[in-house]
Amino acid sequence: MARSVKNQQKMVNTVIAWTIGLLIFFPVLWTVLTSFKTEGQAINDPPLFLFFDWTLENYAIVQERSDYMKFLWNSIFIAGGSTLLGILIAVPAAWSMAFVPTKRTKDILLWMLSTKMLPAVGVLYPIYIGCIKLGLLDSRLALVIILMLINLPIIVWMLYTYFREIPRDILEASRMDGASLWKEIIYVLTPMAIPGIASTILLNLILAWNESFWTLNLTAAKAGTLTAFIASYSSPEGLFFAKLSAASTMAIAPILILGWFSQKQLVRGLTFGAVK
Amino acid sequence: MRITKLISSAVLALSLTASVTYAGSHATTLTIATVNNGDMIRMQGLTDDFTAKTGHKVEWVTLEENVLRQRVTTDITTKGGAFDIMTIGMYETPIWGANGWLVPLDDLSADYNVGDLLPAMAGGLSHEGTLYAAPFYGESSMVMYRTDLMKKAGLEMPDAPSWNFIAKAARAMTDRDNDINGICLRGKAGWGEGGAFITAMSNSFGARWFDEDWNAQFDTREWSDTLNFFVNMMSDAGPAGYATNGFNENLSLFQQGKCGMWIDATVAASFVTNPNDSTVADSVGFALAPDNGMGVRSNWLWAWALAIPAGTQKEGAAKEFIEWATSNSYIELVAANEGWANVPPGARTSLYENANYKDIPFAKMTLESILSADPLNSTVDPSPYVGIQFAAIPEFAGIATDVSQEFSAAYAGQQSIDEALAKAQAITNDAMEAAGYR
Repeated sequence: MARSVKNQQKMVNTVIAWTIGLLIFFPVLWTVLTSFKTEGQAINDPPLFLFFDWTLENYAIVQERSDYMKFLWNSIFIAGGSTLLGILIAVPAAWSMAFVPTKRTKDILLWMLSTKMLPAVGVLYPIYIGCIKLGLLDSRLALVIILMLINLPIIVWMLYTYFREIPRDILEASRMDGASLWKEIIYVLTPMAIPGIASTILLNLILAWNESFWTLNLTAAKAGTLTAFIASYSSPEGLFFAKLSAASTMAIAPILILGWFSQKQLVRGLTFGAVK
Repeated sequence: MRITKLISSAVLALSLTASVTYAGSHATTLTIATVNNGDMIRMQGLTDDFTAKTGHKVEWVTLEENVLRQRVTTDITTKGGAFDIMTIGMYETPIWGANGWLVPLDDLSADYNVGDLLPAMAGGLSHEGTLYAAPFYGESSMVMYRTDLMKKAGLEMPDAPSWNFIAKAARAMTDRDNDINGICLRGKAGWGEGGAFITAMSNSFGARWFDEDWNAQFDTREWSDTLNFFVNMMSDAGPAGYATNGFNENLSLFQQGKCGMWIDATVAASFVTNPNDSTVADSVGFALAPDNGMGVRSNWLWAWALAIPAGTQKEGAAKEFIEWATSNSYIELVAANEGWANVPPGARTSLYENANYKDIPFAKMTLESILSADPLNSTVDPSPYVGIQFAAIPEFAGIATDVSQEFSAAYAGQQSIDEALAKAQAITNDAMEAAGYR
């Protein structure tokens, strides 16, 4: 009896989880389906789900009109560069906050998080002018630095939370064995924190990949990322839904594939601690 | 003889090399910010012709209209220099020209023939008589209607209808059982969406945004009449959820045969008559935007134009590009490649004198709509601003976006028309006071 109730509960949970999952995934699925329709089919009322004449025409047009590889490479460079730089800065920062806290540590952590509450547009002009003066407008370097700074609070917070669960005794033992500070971080702390660092890297990659405010406002012809690529197919005067969907599918495909292959790592890092 | 031939060949070779070197040393790469629409995409596809003629290369930055506005505004106000040419509209051009942010286009070549630009377009893109942007294509608004449904309703559309006729026809053409709405109009919030339509419509009802002392006028009977007429007509004959419909939503409805009439941008005429996209392509008629017997029609005027930001290092090449893209020879190039129905409309007088273009079904009404729009005298009573569906002051875009949100809420039944107008009055007066107009 008890087993039957348990199985029923499990089934209900599974159905609820699948329903929520499908609801969340539906817009992505619809975008992908629309990318294979003609512009006429894309706006058909009632909407066409699966039974329409599938076409690759939109992908061909998008390929012809835009240099997809340039946008893709810029996205990879900027998302990857900002993540790498962020991790290099955040690991020592999180280490010091987790293992050598001062009475101001919590205030600093909260202050870092509070910077995320500032609307980006509030600092658009100072940053834009700064980029002009430094000759960094429409450059990948500027976006690597800016996206790193934007996401740094989240990286530090995630690593700090993760590091705090690592027993101090292990680090102290390494110190007693004569390990220097850097050796302690590189050879003792980092290997133990790899799941946490990996999930932080993945989350940061996704955030940087999807960032659109700065990547649209600080780029022109050279450093545009895939968000600029998508924006170039949106129009309030003219029907471009199928082409826009094709461009969106091409833009989200790489990060979707990365997320799919690394989902176990991502969930484990976000939900488990270092010693569980 | 042989020596002479040799010398002449050498001189010719040298001069050819010199000219190629000269062209090469002056060839540059232009960065152009533009919007994503059919005409602009067509221009991008034909850029090789410009490169072949001048040696200059072109890099395009295509953005959605609102993103582009924000992007180029940031760049021009900070003198960022990210773009050598910007695609801007009739709203920005006179304001930016007055601020000294744009290079005056007062020295274009004689071949370009500035005098051929439609006067309404050249006037709307100038400040104190100086042209600051060259029109790539222009548009007004007009009535597009289903000839078969009009006939079925037992009515005949006049060339210049009144609002009363439009409302009567809309109700007569409505067939809810067959999902046909008598009329589709913009109700979507946004100064360039529903805000543009209702402002142009209000002009024909005798309303205006400001009196001569920049006081808001939403507390007048004319504005109340405009909104009441609009809401009543749309409730009886408009599509469900019209409060969120903009250009694209109405285009989609019309192309699928779900609208009896649609009053919107003249550029839409080529979309609804294109048999590849429109199911009603062979039964579309055109008429001037309606009036209310007060001497002002409800059509607007707009142009997407090419301008050069002040301070660019490539002014010469940028002017060469603008001359190429907005010239008669470019129109002929498009016609040769894509047909006359696809040439950029509404910029040059000579296009409407061209025998090939006269055969296009919507050409005559487009020209008449453009010619009947006067941005300098857009209201029945005098007003202090230039513009038809907008007032060419920097504060307008922000104010009109807020006001149109209140109007859309009224269309959706979330508040009464009186409440929406009272809020619009307060929003506008507060903003104008803060900006120092009052």
